[in-house]
Amino acid sequence: MASGRTTTGASERGEGFLALPLMLFYLLFFIAPLLLLFAVSLHADKDMAAWGLAQYAKALSDGFGLGVLFDTLRLGVETTLLCLLLGFPLAWLHRNAGPRWQGVIILVTVLPLLTSVIVRTFAWIVILGRQGIVNTLLLELGLTETPLRLLYTHGGLVIALAQVQLPLMVLPLIDALQKLDPNLESASAALGAGRWRSFFRIVLPLSLPGIIAGSVLTFSAAVTAFITQSLVGGGQQLYMPMYIYQQALTLQNWPFAATISVIFMVAVLFCIALFNLLGRYTRRYSAM
Amino acid sequence: MAVGRRQDLDSISFHAAMGILSAAAVLLITAPTAIVLIVSFTDGYSLKFPPPGYSVRWYVALADAWQIQDAAWNSLQAAVLSTLVSILFTVPAAFAVARSKSAAARKLESLFMSPLVLPALAFGLSALMYFSLIGIPLSLTTVVIGHVVVCAPYVFRTTLASLSQLDPSLLECSASLGASRIYTYRRVVLPLIGGGIMAGGFIAFMSSFDNVPVSLFLSDARNEMLPIRMWQTMENTLDVRVAAVSGVLILFSLALMLLMERFAGLSRRMR
Repeated sequence: MASGRTTTGASERGEGFLALPLMLFYLLFFIAPLLLLFAVSLHADKDMAAWGLAQYAKALSDGFGLGVLFDTLRLGVETTLLCLLLGFPLAWLHRNAGPRWQGVIILVTVLPLLTSVIVRTFAWIVILGRQGIVNTLLLELGLTETPLRLLYTHGGLVIALAQVQLPLMVLPLIDALQKLDPNLESASAALGAGRWRSFFRIVLPLSLPGIIAGSVLTFSAAVTAFITQSLVGGGQQLYMPMYIYQQALTLQNWPFAATISVIFMVAVLFCIALFNLLGRYTRRYSAM
Repeated sequence: MAVGRRQDLDSISFHAAMGILSAAAVLLITAPTAIVLIVSFTDGYSLKFPPPGYSVRWYVALADAWQIQDAAWNSLQAAVLSTLVSILFTVPAAFAVARSKSAAARKLESLFMSPLVLPALAFGLSALMYFSLIGIPLSLTTVVIGHVVVCAPYVFRTTLASLSQLDPSLLECSASLGASRIYTYRRVVLPLIGGGIMAGGFIAFMSSFDNVPVSLFLSDARNEMLPIRMWQTMENTLDVRVAAVSGVLILFSLALMLLMERFAGLSRRMR
Protein backbone atom coordinates (compact mmCIF):
# COMPACT_ATOMS: atom_id res chain seq x y z
CA MET A 1 0.00 0.00 0.00
CA ALA A 2 2.73 2.40 1.07
CA SER A 3 4.86 1.46 -1.92
CA GLY A 4 1.83 1.92 -4.19
CA ARG A 5 1.38 5.47 -2.97
CA THR A 6 5.02 6.36 -3.47
CA THR A 7 4.94 4.93 -7.02
CA THR A 8 2.02 7.14 -7.99
CA GLY A 9 3.58 10.12 -6.25
CA ALA A 10 6.92 9.60 -7.91
CA SER A 11 5.44 8.97 -11.33
CA GLU A 12 3.30 12.08 -11.08
CA ARG A 13 6.33 14.20 -10.35
CA GLY A 14 8.38 12.36 -12.95
CA GLU A 15 5.81 12.47 -15.73
CA GLY A 16 4.90 16.15 -15.76
CA PHE A 17 7.78 16.91 -18.11
CA LEU A 18 6.13 14.72 -20.75
CA ALA A 19 3.61 17.49 -21.38
CA LEU A 20 6.39 20.03 -21.99
CA PRO A 21 7.03 19.46 -25.72
CA LEU A 22 3.38 19.86 -26.70
CA MET A 23 3.01 22.78 -24.30
CA LEU A 24 5.99 24.57 -25.87
CA PHE A 25 4.69 23.80 -29.34
CA TYR A 26 1.30 25.30 -28.45
CA LEU A 27 2.89 28.32 -26.79
CA LEU A 28 5.05 28.98 -29.82
CA PHE A 29 2.62 28.20 -32.63
CA PHE A 30 -0.85 28.62 -31.14
CA ILE A 31 -0.84 31.08 -28.23
CA ALA A 32 1.83 33.41 -29.64
CA PRO A 33 0.09 33.78 -33.05
CA LEU A 34 -3.23 34.48 -31.33
CA LEU A 35 -1.59 37.14 -29.13
CA LEU A 36 -0.02 38.64 -32.22
CA LEU A 37 -3.43 38.69 -33.91
CA PHE A 38 -4.73 40.68 -30.97
CA ALA A 39 -1.74 43.04 -31.13
CA VAL A 40 -2.27 43.60 -34.87
CA SER A 41 -5.94 44.37 -34.26
CA LEU A 42 -4.90 47.21 -31.93
CA HIS A 43 -3.40 49.26 -34.76
CA ALA A 44 -5.22 52.33 -35.92
CA ASP A 45 -4.23 52.30 -39.58
CA LYS A 46 -3.74 49.83 -42.41
CA ASP A 47 0.07 50.26 -42.47
CA MET A 48 0.29 49.55 -38.74
CA ALA A 49 2.14 52.75 -37.91
CA ALA A 50 0.03 53.85 -34.94
CA TRP A 51 -1.67 52.04 -32.09
CA GLY A 52 -5.30 52.57 -31.24
CA LEU A 53 -8.79 51.17 -31.08
CA ALA A 54 -9.86 52.68 -34.40
CA GLN A 55 -10.41 49.27 -36.02
CA TYR A 56 -12.74 48.19 -33.24
CA ALA A 57 -14.65 51.45 -33.47
CA LYS A 58 -14.95 50.91 -37.21
CA ALA A 59 -16.00 47.25 -36.95
CA LEU A 60 -18.50 47.74 -34.14
CA SER A 61 -20.20 50.76 -35.74
CA ASP A 62 -20.40 49.14 -39.17
CA GLY A 63 -23.93 47.82 -39.73
CA PHE A 64 -22.80 45.68 -42.65
CA GLY A 65 -20.10 43.85 -40.68
CA LEU A 66 -22.34 43.34 -37.66
CA GLY A 67 -24.98 41.94 -40.01
CA VAL A 68 -22.43 39.45 -41.35
CA LEU A 69 -21.53 38.43 -37.79
CA PHE A 70 -25.18 38.03 -36.84
CA ASP A 71 -25.95 35.97 -39.98
CA THR A 72 -23.00 33.70 -39.23
CA LEU A 73 -24.08 33.05 -35.63
CA ARG A 74 -27.69 32.51 -36.77
CA LEU A 75 -26.41 30.04 -39.36
CA GLY A 76 -24.61 28.15 -36.59
CA VAL A 77 -27.67 28.05 -34.33
CA GLU A 78 -29.99 26.92 -37.15
CA THR A 79 -27.59 24.18 -38.23
CA THR A 80 -27.24 23.02 -34.62
CA LEU A 81 -31.02 22.84 -34.15
CA LEU A 82 -31.48 20.86 -37.38
CA CYS A 83 -28.67 18.49 -36.36
CA LEU A 84 -30.32 18.00 -32.97
CA LEU A 85 -33.72 17.31 -34.54
CA LEU A 86 -32.29 14.64 -36.86
CA GLY A 87 -29.43 13.42 -34.71
CA PHE A 88 -31.33 12.67 -31.52
CA PRO A 89 -33.67 10.10 -33.11
CA LEU A 90 -30.67 8.45 -34.74
CA ALA A 91 -28.85 8.21 -31.39
CA TRP A 92 -32.07 6.93 -29.82
CA LEU A 93 -32.33 4.28 -32.56
CA HIS A 94 -28.73 3.27 -31.80
CA ARG A 95 -29.60 2.83 -28.14
CA ASN A 96 -32.52 0.53 -28.89
CA ALA A 97 -30.83 -1.50 -31.65
CA GLY A 98 -29.02 -4.83 -31.37
CA PRO A 99 -25.19 -4.87 -31.23
CA ARG A 100 -24.90 -5.59 -34.96
CA TRP A 101 -27.09 -2.66 -35.98
CA GLN A 102 -25.35 -0.46 -33.43
CA GLY A 103 -22.10 -1.02 -35.30
CA VAL A 104 -23.80 -0.21 -38.61
CA ILE A 105 -25.29 3.02 -37.24
CA ILE A 106 -21.90 4.12 -35.90
CA LEU A 107 -20.19 3.42 -39.21
CA VAL A 108 -22.89 5.26 -41.16
CA THR A 109 -22.49 8.21 -38.80
CA VAL A 110 -18.72 8.23 -38.90
CA LEU A 111 -18.45 7.78 -42.67
CA PRO A 112 -19.20 11.39 -43.63
CA LEU A 113 -16.96 12.66 -40.84
CA LEU A 114 -14.07 10.93 -42.56
CA THR A 115 -15.08 11.83 -46.10
CA SER A 116 -13.61 15.07 -47.33
CA VAL A 117 -15.69 18.18 -46.61
CA ILE A 118 -14.94 19.31 -50.15
CA VAL A 119 -16.48 16.12 -51.49
CA ARG A 120 -19.58 16.46 -49.36
CA THR A 121 -20.00 20.10 -50.27
CA PHE A 122 -19.55 19.17 -53.91
CA ALA A 123 -22.38 16.65 -53.49
CA TRP A 124 -24.73 19.49 -52.53
CA ILE A 125 -23.84 21.38 -55.68
CA VAL A 126 -24.86 18.27 -57.63
CA ILE A 127 -28.09 17.94 -55.63
CA LEU A 128 -29.17 21.58 -55.45
CA GLY A 129 -27.78 22.91 -58.75
CA ARG A 130 -29.90 24.02 -61.74
CA GLN A 131 -29.49 20.59 -63.32
CA GLY A 132 -29.47 18.90 -59.94
CA ILE A 133 -31.65 16.13 -58.60
CA VAL A 134 -34.20 18.32 -56.86
CA ASN A 135 -34.77 20.51 -59.92
CA THR A 136 -34.86 17.54 -62.31
CA LEU A 137 -37.50 15.92 -60.11
CA LEU A 138 -39.58 19.10 -59.77
CA LEU A 139 -39.46 19.72 -63.54
CA GLU A 140 -40.44 16.17 -64.40
CA LEU A 141 -43.33 16.20 -61.94
CA GLY A 142 -44.44 19.48 -63.50
CA LEU A 143 -44.32 21.25 -60.15
CA THR A 144 -42.25 24.07 -61.61
CA GLU A 145 -41.72 25.49 -65.09
CA THR A 146 -38.20 26.78 -64.67
CA PRO A 147 -35.40 25.41 -62.45
CA LEU A 148 -35.55 26.83 -58.92
CA ARG A 149 -32.63 28.64 -57.38
CA LEU A 150 -31.76 26.36 -54.45
CA LEU A 151 -28.01 26.72 -54.44
CA TYR A 152 -26.77 30.03 -53.04
CA THR A 153 -29.68 30.31 -50.58
CA HIS A 154 -29.53 30.43 -46.79
CA GLY A 155 -31.93 27.47 -46.42
CA GLY A 156 -29.92 25.30 -48.81
CA LEU A 157 -26.78 26.14 -46.87
CA VAL A 158 -28.32 25.15 -43.52
CA ILE A 159 -29.27 21.72 -44.91
CA ALA A 160 -25.84 21.19 -46.46
CA LEU A 161 -24.08 22.22 -43.24
CA ALA A 162 -26.34 19.95 -41.19
CA GLN A 163 -25.22 17.04 -43.37
CA VAL A 164 -21.58 17.97 -42.96
CA GLN A 165 -21.79 18.42 -39.16
CA LEU A 166 -24.39 15.80 -38.17
CA PRO A 167 -21.81 13.23 -36.96
CA LEU A 168 -20.42 15.76 -34.48
CA MET A 169 -23.87 15.92 -32.90
CA VAL A 170 -24.76 12.21 -33.06
CA LEU A 171 -21.59 10.77 -31.49
CA PRO A 172 -21.82 12.64 -28.13
CA LEU A 173 -25.58 11.90 -28.07
CA ILE A 174 -24.96 8.17 -28.53
CA ASP A 175 -22.47 8.37 -25.68
CA ALA A 176 -24.93 10.19 -23.39
CA LEU A 177 -27.85 7.88 -24.20
CA GLN A 178 -25.77 4.80 -23.45
CA LYS A 179 -25.06 6.04 -19.96
CA LEU A 180 -28.80 6.38 -19.33
CA ASP A 181 -30.23 3.68 -17.05
CA PRO A 182 -32.88 1.75 -19.07
CA ASN A 183 -34.78 1.05 -15.84
CA LEU A 184 -35.74 4.72 -15.64
CA GLU A 185 -37.85 4.45 -18.78
CA SER A 186 -39.43 1.20 -17.61
CA ALA A 187 -40.21 2.79 -14.26
CA SER A 188 -41.73 5.80 -15.99
CA ALA A 189 -43.87 3.51 -18.18
CA ALA A 190 -44.92 1.40 -15.19
CA LEU A 191 -46.06 4.56 -13.44
CA GLY A 192 -48.34 5.29 -16.38
CA ALA A 193 -46.36 7.86 -18.38
CA GLY A 194 -46.71 7.58 -22.15
CA ARG A 195 -43.80 7.35 -24.56
CA TRP A 196 -43.72 11.06 -25.34
CA ARG A 197 -43.98 12.05 -21.70
CA SER A 198 -41.17 9.69 -20.69
CA PHE A 199 -39.10 11.01 -23.55
CA PHE A 200 -39.50 14.69 -22.71
CA ARG A 201 -39.42 14.32 -18.93
CA ILE A 202 -36.71 11.66 -18.55
CA VAL A 203 -34.67 10.80 -21.65
CA LEU A 204 -34.20 14.34 -22.95
CA PRO A 205 -33.24 16.05 -19.64
CA LEU A 206 -30.86 13.27 -18.65
CA SER A 207 -29.05 13.34 -21.99
CA LEU A 208 -28.47 17.08 -21.66
CA PRO A 209 -24.67 16.74 -21.22
CA GLY A 210 -24.53 14.97 -24.60
CA ILE A 211 -26.79 17.57 -26.19
CA ILE A 212 -24.57 20.39 -24.92
CA ALA A 213 -21.35 18.64 -26.01
CA GLY A 214 -22.79 17.92 -29.46
CA SER A 215 -24.21 21.42 -29.84
CA VAL A 216 -20.91 23.08 -28.97
CA LEU A 217 -19.03 20.98 -31.54
CA THR A 218 -21.70 21.40 -34.24
CA PHE A 219 -22.03 25.14 -33.69
CA SER A 220 -18.32 25.88 -33.70
CA ALA A 221 -17.80 23.75 -36.82
CA ALA A 222 -20.75 25.30 -38.67
CA VAL A 223 -19.78 28.95 -38.13
CA THR A 224 -16.24 28.36 -39.38
CA ALA A 225 -17.07 26.04 -42.31
CA PHE A 226 -15.44 28.23 -44.93
CA ILE A 227 -15.71 25.84 -47.89
CA THR A 228 -19.35 24.88 -47.49
CA GLN A 229 -20.33 28.48 -46.79
CA SER A 230 -18.57 29.86 -49.85
CA LEU A 231 -19.60 27.11 -52.30
CA VAL A 232 -23.20 26.42 -51.24
CA GLY A 233 -23.86 29.92 -49.88
CA GLY A 234 -22.32 31.52 -52.95
CA GLY A 235 -21.29 35.08 -53.60
CA GLN A 236 -24.50 36.78 -52.46
CA GLN A 237 -24.29 35.46 -48.90
CA LEU A 238 -21.35 36.64 -46.90
CA TYR A 239 -20.34 34.97 -43.63
CA MET A 240 -17.53 35.80 -41.22
CA PRO A 241 -14.85 33.36 -42.50
CA MET A 242 -15.14 34.67 -46.08
CA TYR A 243 -15.32 38.26 -44.79
CA ILE A 244 -12.06 37.74 -42.85
CA TYR A 245 -10.46 36.04 -45.86
CA GLN A 246 -11.40 38.93 -48.18
CA GLN A 247 -10.15 41.59 -45.80
CA ALA A 248 -6.87 39.75 -45.14
CA LEU A 249 -5.86 38.38 -48.53
CA THR A 250 -7.85 40.31 -51.14
CA LEU A 251 -7.73 43.77 -49.55
CA GLN A 252 -4.54 43.15 -47.53
CA ASN A 253 -6.04 45.07 -44.62
CA TRP A 254 -4.41 43.13 -41.81
CA PRO A 255 -5.44 45.25 -38.80
CA PHE A 256 -9.10 45.21 -39.81
CA ALA A 257 -8.97 41.46 -40.65
CA ALA A 258 -7.39 40.84 -37.25
CA THR A 259 -10.03 42.94 -35.52
CA ILE A 260 -12.98 41.12 -37.08
CA SER A 261 -11.22 37.80 -36.35
CA VAL A 262 -10.94 38.72 -32.67
CA ILE A 263 -14.58 39.85 -32.58
CA PHE A 264 -15.62 36.62 -34.33
CA MET A 265 -13.65 34.45 -31.88
CA VAL A 266 -15.04 36.28 -28.85
CA ALA A 267 -18.59 35.97 -30.24
CA VAL A 268 -18.17 32.22 -30.86
CA LEU A 269 -16.71 31.64 -27.38
CA PHE A 270 -19.53 33.72 -25.90
CA CYS A 271 -22.12 31.55 -27.67
CA ILE A 272 -20.40 28.38 -26.42
CA ALA A 273 -20.43 29.74 -22.87
CA LEU A 274 -24.12 30.52 -23.33
CA PHE A 275 -24.78 26.92 -24.45
CA ASN A 276 -23.01 25.62 -21.34
CA LEU A 277 -24.90 28.03 -19.09
CA LEU A 278 -28.20 27.02 -20.67
CA GLY A 279 -27.27 23.38 -20.03
CA ARG A 280 -26.52 24.04 -16.38
CA TYR A 281 -29.71 26.07 -15.91
CA THR A 282 -32.01 23.50 -17.55
CA ARG A 283 -30.35 20.69 -15.63
CA ARG A 284 -31.15 22.44 -12.36
CA TYR A 285 -34.67 23.12 -13.59
CA SER A 286 -35.29 19.51 -14.61
CA ALA A 287 -33.97 18.28 -11.28
CA MET A 288 -36.62 20.23 -9.40
CA MET B 1 -60.21 0.32 -23.51
CA ALA B 2 -60.05 4.03 -24.12
CA VAL B 3 -56.87 4.22 -22.07
CA GLY B 4 -55.39 1.35 -24.08
CA ARG B 5 -56.13 3.07 -27.35
CA ARG B 6 -54.63 6.29 -26.15
CA GLN B 7 -51.47 4.44 -25.12
CA ASP B 8 -51.36 2.78 -28.55
CA LEU B 9 -51.66 6.14 -30.26
CA ASP B 10 -48.98 7.55 -27.99
CA SER B 11 -46.62 4.68 -28.66
CA ILE B 12 -47.30 4.55 -32.41
CA SER B 13 -46.87 8.28 -32.92
CA PHE B 14 -43.67 8.25 -30.88
CA HIS B 15 -42.12 5.39 -32.81
CA ALA B 16 -43.29 6.83 -36.14
CA ALA B 17 -41.71 10.21 -35.36
CA MET B 18 -38.45 8.63 -34.21
CA GLY B 19 -38.40 6.28 -37.20
CA ILE B 20 -39.08 8.99 -39.80
CA LEU B 21 -36.56 11.42 -38.34
CA SER B 22 -33.77 8.85 -38.03
CA ALA B 23 -34.51 7.58 -41.56
CA ALA B 24 -34.20 11.18 -42.73
CA ALA B 25 -30.91 11.46 -40.84
CA VAL B 26 -29.51 8.28 -42.43
CA LEU B 27 -30.64 9.46 -45.88
CA LEU B 28 -29.10 12.89 -45.31
CA ILE B 29 -25.83 11.31 -44.20
CA THR B 30 -25.43 8.70 -46.93
CA ALA B 31 -27.19 10.05 -50.05
CA PRO B 32 -24.75 12.87 -50.95
CA THR B 33 -21.74 10.55 -50.96
CA ALA B 34 -23.58 7.98 -53.06
CA ILE B 35 -24.71 10.66 -55.51
CA VAL B 36 -21.15 11.96 -56.00
CA LEU B 37 -19.94 8.42 -56.68
CA ILE B 38 -22.65 7.88 -59.31
CA VAL B 39 -22.11 11.25 -61.01
CA SER B 40 -18.35 10.66 -61.20
CA PHE B 41 -19.02 7.84 -63.69
CA THR B 42 -20.95 10.07 -66.09
CA ASP B 43 -20.04 10.13 -69.79
CA GLY B 44 -21.36 13.67 -70.19
CA TYR B 45 -19.81 17.09 -69.62
CA SER B 46 -22.16 18.21 -66.87
CA LEU B 47 -23.02 17.15 -63.34
CA LYS B 48 -26.53 16.15 -64.36
CA PHE B 49 -28.14 13.50 -62.17
CA PRO B 50 -28.93 10.82 -63.16
CA PRO B 51 -26.09 10.87 -65.73
CA PRO B 52 -27.06 10.41 -69.40
CA GLY B 53 -24.64 7.46 -69.65
CA TYR B 54 -21.80 5.82 -67.76
CA SER B 55 -18.06 5.72 -68.41
CA VAL B 56 -14.74 6.05 -66.60
CA ARG B 57 -13.56 8.89 -68.86
CA TRP B 58 -13.18 11.41 -66.02
CA TYR B 59 -11.07 9.00 -64.01
CA VAL B 60 -8.88 8.49 -67.10
CA ALA B 61 -8.68 12.28 -67.46
CA LEU B 62 -7.12 12.46 -63.99
CA ALA B 63 -3.98 10.79 -65.39
CA ASP B 64 -3.18 14.00 -67.31
CA ALA B 65 -4.28 16.42 -64.60
CA TRP B 66 -0.82 17.21 -63.25
CA GLN B 67 -1.99 20.18 -61.17
CA ILE B 68 -4.42 17.95 -59.29
CA GLN B 69 -1.77 15.25 -58.94
CA ASP B 70 0.79 17.71 -57.55
CA ALA B 71 -1.74 19.08 -55.10
CA ALA B 72 -2.71 15.56 -54.00
CA TRP B 73 0.95 14.70 -53.43
CA ASN B 74 1.49 17.88 -51.36
CA SER B 75 -1.59 17.14 -49.28
CA LEU B 76 -0.49 13.56 -48.71
CA GLN B 77 2.96 14.68 -47.54
CA ALA B 78 1.50 17.32 -45.25
CA ALA B 79 -1.02 14.87 -43.78
CA VAL B 80 1.56 12.14 -43.10
CA LEU B 81 4.00 14.59 -41.49
CA SER B 82 1.31 16.35 -39.43
CA THR B 83 0.01 13.02 -38.16
CA LEU B 84 3.46 11.77 -37.15
CA VAL B 85 4.41 15.04 -35.43
CA SER B 86 1.00 15.16 -33.70
CA ILE B 87 1.45 11.64 -32.32
CA LEU B 88 5.02 12.34 -31.26
CA PHE B 89 4.09 15.47 -29.28
CA THR B 90 0.67 14.44 -28.07
CA VAL B 91 1.01 10.92 -26.70
CA PRO B 92 3.55 11.90 -23.98
CA ALA B 93 1.40 14.92 -23.09
CA ALA B 94 -1.66 12.67 -22.77
CA PHE B 95 0.36 10.47 -20.39
CA ALA B 96 1.25 13.41 -18.21
CA VAL B 97 -2.28 14.79 -18.12
CA ALA B 98 -4.06 11.45 -17.64
CA ARG B 99 -2.00 10.41 -14.63
CA SER B 100 -2.22 13.70 -12.82
CA LYS B 101 -5.21 14.96 -10.86
CA SER B 102 -3.91 18.49 -10.36
CA ALA B 103 -5.76 21.60 -11.48
CA ALA B 104 -2.83 22.45 -13.75
CA ALA B 105 -3.38 19.19 -15.63
CA ARG B 106 -7.05 20.10 -16.23
CA LYS B 107 -5.94 23.53 -17.51
CA LEU B 108 -3.49 21.87 -19.88
CA GLU B 109 -6.20 19.50 -21.03
CA SER B 110 -8.51 22.32 -22.04
CA LEU B 111 -5.61 24.19 -23.68
CA PHE B 112 -4.77 21.14 -25.82
CA MET B 113 -8.43 20.70 -26.79
CA SER B 114 -9.18 24.37 -27.47
CA PRO B 115 -8.26 24.42 -31.21
CA LEU B 116 -11.33 22.22 -31.75
CA VAL B 117 -13.79 24.98 -30.81
CA LEU B 118 -11.87 28.07 -31.90
CA PRO B 119 -12.60 29.25 -35.46
CA ALA B 120 -9.75 27.64 -37.42
CA LEU B 121 -9.74 30.40 -40.03
CA ALA B 122 -8.87 33.01 -37.41
CA PHE B 123 -6.01 30.81 -36.27
CA GLY B 124 -4.86 30.41 -39.88
CA LEU B 125 -4.74 34.16 -40.33
CA SER B 126 -2.88 34.71 -37.05
CA ALA B 127 -0.34 32.01 -37.97
CA LEU B 128 0.26 33.73 -41.33
CA MET B 129 0.90 37.06 -39.55
CA TYR B 130 3.15 35.33 -37.04
CA PHE B 131 5.31 33.57 -39.64
CA SER B 132 5.69 36.68 -41.75
CA LEU B 133 6.62 38.70 -38.64
CA ILE B 134 9.35 36.31 -37.50
CA GLY B 135 10.53 35.96 -41.10
CA ILE B 136 9.74 32.33 -41.88
CA PRO B 137 8.74 31.98 -45.55
CA LEU B 138 5.68 29.87 -46.33
CA SER B 139 6.49 26.28 -47.20
CA LEU B 140 5.34 22.75 -46.53
CA THR B 141 6.84 23.16 -43.04
CA THR B 142 4.56 26.07 -42.15
CA VAL B 143 1.58 24.07 -43.41
CA VAL B 144 2.58 21.11 -41.23
CA ILE B 145 3.05 23.33 -38.15
CA GLY B 146 -0.39 24.85 -38.64
CA HIS B 147 -1.98 21.45 -39.22
CA VAL B 148 -0.39 19.98 -36.09
CA VAL B 149 -2.02 22.69 -33.96
CA VAL B 150 -5.50 21.85 -35.25
CA CYS B 151 -4.99 18.05 -35.60
CA ALA B 152 -3.20 17.23 -32.33
CA PRO B 153 -6.44 17.54 -30.27
CA TYR B 154 -7.89 14.50 -32.08
CA VAL B 155 -4.91 12.32 -31.09
CA PHE B 156 -4.96 13.82 -27.61
CA ARG B 157 -8.64 13.01 -27.11
CA THR B 158 -8.51 9.35 -28.17
CA THR B 159 -5.21 8.68 -26.35
CA LEU B 160 -6.55 10.25 -23.18
CA ALA B 161 -9.73 8.18 -23.44
CA SER B 162 -7.83 4.90 -23.77
CA LEU B 163 -5.45 5.89 -20.96
CA SER B 164 -8.39 6.53 -18.65
CA GLN B 165 -9.59 2.98 -19.28
CA LEU B 166 -6.19 1.60 -18.40
CA ASP B 167 -6.20 -0.26 -15.08
CA PRO B 168 -3.47 1.37 -12.89
CA SER B 169 -2.97 -1.91 -11.02
CA LEU B 170 -1.45 -3.32 -14.22
CA LEU B 171 1.37 -0.80 -13.91
CA GLU B 172 1.89 -1.66 -10.26
CA CYS B 173 1.91 -5.38 -11.11
CA SER B 174 4.51 -4.82 -13.77
CA ALA B 175 6.61 -2.68 -11.40
CA SER B 176 6.36 -5.18 -8.54
CA LEU B 177 7.47 -7.94 -10.90
CA GLY B 178 10.66 -5.96 -11.38
CA ALA B 179 10.01 -4.31 -14.75
CA SER B 180 11.52 -0.90 -15.30
CA ARG B 181 9.21 1.99 -16.09
CA ILE B 182 10.34 2.14 -19.73
CA TYR B 183 9.82 -1.61 -20.11
CA THR B 184 6.34 -1.33 -18.60
CA TYR B 185 5.41 1.43 -21.03
CA ARG B 186 6.71 -0.51 -24.00
CA ARG B 187 5.23 -3.91 -23.17
CA VAL B 188 2.12 -3.11 -21.11
CA VAL B 189 0.88 0.42 -21.70
CA LEU B 190 1.58 0.96 -25.41
CA PRO B 191 -0.10 -2.27 -26.58
CA LEU B 192 -3.19 -1.37 -24.54
CA ILE B 193 -3.51 2.20 -25.81
CA GLY B 194 -2.16 1.56 -29.32
CA GLY B 195 -5.66 1.35 -30.75
CA GLY B 196 -6.55 4.73 -29.29
CA ILE B 197 -3.42 6.34 -30.72
CA MET B 198 -4.06 4.78 -34.13
CA ALA B 199 -7.69 5.90 -34.21
CA GLY B 200 -6.70 9.46 -33.23
CA GLY B 201 -3.87 9.44 -35.75
CA PHE B 202 -6.29 8.37 -38.45
CA ILE B 203 -8.74 11.19 -37.66
CA ALA B 204 -5.82 13.65 -37.54
CA PHE B 205 -4.59 12.38 -40.91
CA MET B 206 -8.01 12.78 -42.53
CA SER B 207 -8.56 16.25 -41.09
CA SER B 208 -5.12 17.41 -42.18
CA PHE B 209 -5.64 16.01 -45.68
CA ASP B 210 -8.97 17.84 -45.78
CA ASN B 211 -7.92 21.06 -44.09
CA VAL B 212 -8.79 24.35 -45.76
CA PRO B 213 -8.96 27.17 -43.19
CA VAL B 214 -5.31 26.79 -42.16
CA SER B 215 -3.86 25.77 -45.54
CA LEU B 216 -5.60 28.75 -47.12
CA PHE B 217 -3.19 31.07 -45.31
CA LEU B 218 -0.10 28.92 -44.79
CA SER B 219 0.44 27.30 -48.19
CA ASP B 220 1.99 29.20 -51.07
CA ALA B 221 1.60 28.78 -54.82
CA ARG B 222 4.36 26.16 -54.98
CA ASN B 223 2.75 24.07 -52.29
CA GLU B 224 -0.86 23.99 -53.35
CA MET B 225 -3.04 21.65 -51.29
CA LEU B 226 -5.65 19.37 -52.85
CA PRO B 227 -8.77 20.74 -51.08
CA ILE B 228 -7.78 24.29 -52.05
CA ARG B 229 -7.17 23.27 -55.66
CA MET B 230 -10.60 21.56 -55.70
CA TRP B 231 -12.28 24.55 -54.12
CA GLN B 232 -10.85 26.92 -56.70
CA THR B 233 -11.82 24.57 -59.53
CA MET B 234 -15.37 24.38 -58.19
CA GLU B 235 -15.63 28.16 -57.84
CA ASN B 236 -14.58 28.85 -61.41
CA THR B 237 -15.90 26.03 -63.57
CA LEU B 238 -17.85 22.99 -62.49
CA ASP B 239 -15.26 20.59 -63.83
CA VAL B 240 -16.48 16.97 -63.85
CA ARG B 241 -12.92 15.92 -62.96
CA VAL B 242 -13.69 17.18 -59.44
CA ALA B 243 -16.30 14.41 -59.27
CA ALA B 244 -13.66 11.86 -60.26
CA VAL B 245 -11.24 13.18 -57.61
CA SER B 246 -14.09 12.96 -55.11
CA GLY B 247 -14.72 9.37 -56.19
CA VAL B 248 -11.07 8.50 -55.57
CA LEU B 249 -11.15 10.22 -52.16
CA ILE B 250 -14.36 8.45 -51.12
CA LEU B 251 -12.98 5.00 -51.99
CA PHE B 252 -9.63 5.88 -50.38
CA SER B 253 -11.20 6.95 -47.08
CA LEU B 254 -13.67 4.06 -47.10
CA ALA B 255 -10.82 1.56 -47.50
CA LEU B 256 -8.74 3.27 -44.81
CA MET B 257 -11.74 3.38 -42.49
CA LEU B 258 -12.52 -0.33 -42.83
CA LEU B 259 -8.84 -1.06 -42.22
CA MET B 260 -8.87 1.09 -39.09
CA GLU B 261 -12.11 -0.48 -37.90
CA ARG B 262 -10.45 -3.87 -38.25
CA PHE B 263 -7.18 -2.99 -36.49
CA ALA B 264 -8.00 -0.13 -34.12
CA GLY B 265 -11.71 -0.59 -33.41
CA LEU B 266 -12.34 2.87 -34.81
CA SER B 267 -16.10 3.01 -34.17
CA ARG B 268 -15.63 2.33 -30.45
CA ARG B 269 -13.13 5.17 -30.17
CA MET B 270 -14.97 7.88 -32.06
CA ARG B 271 -17.28 8.58 -29.13
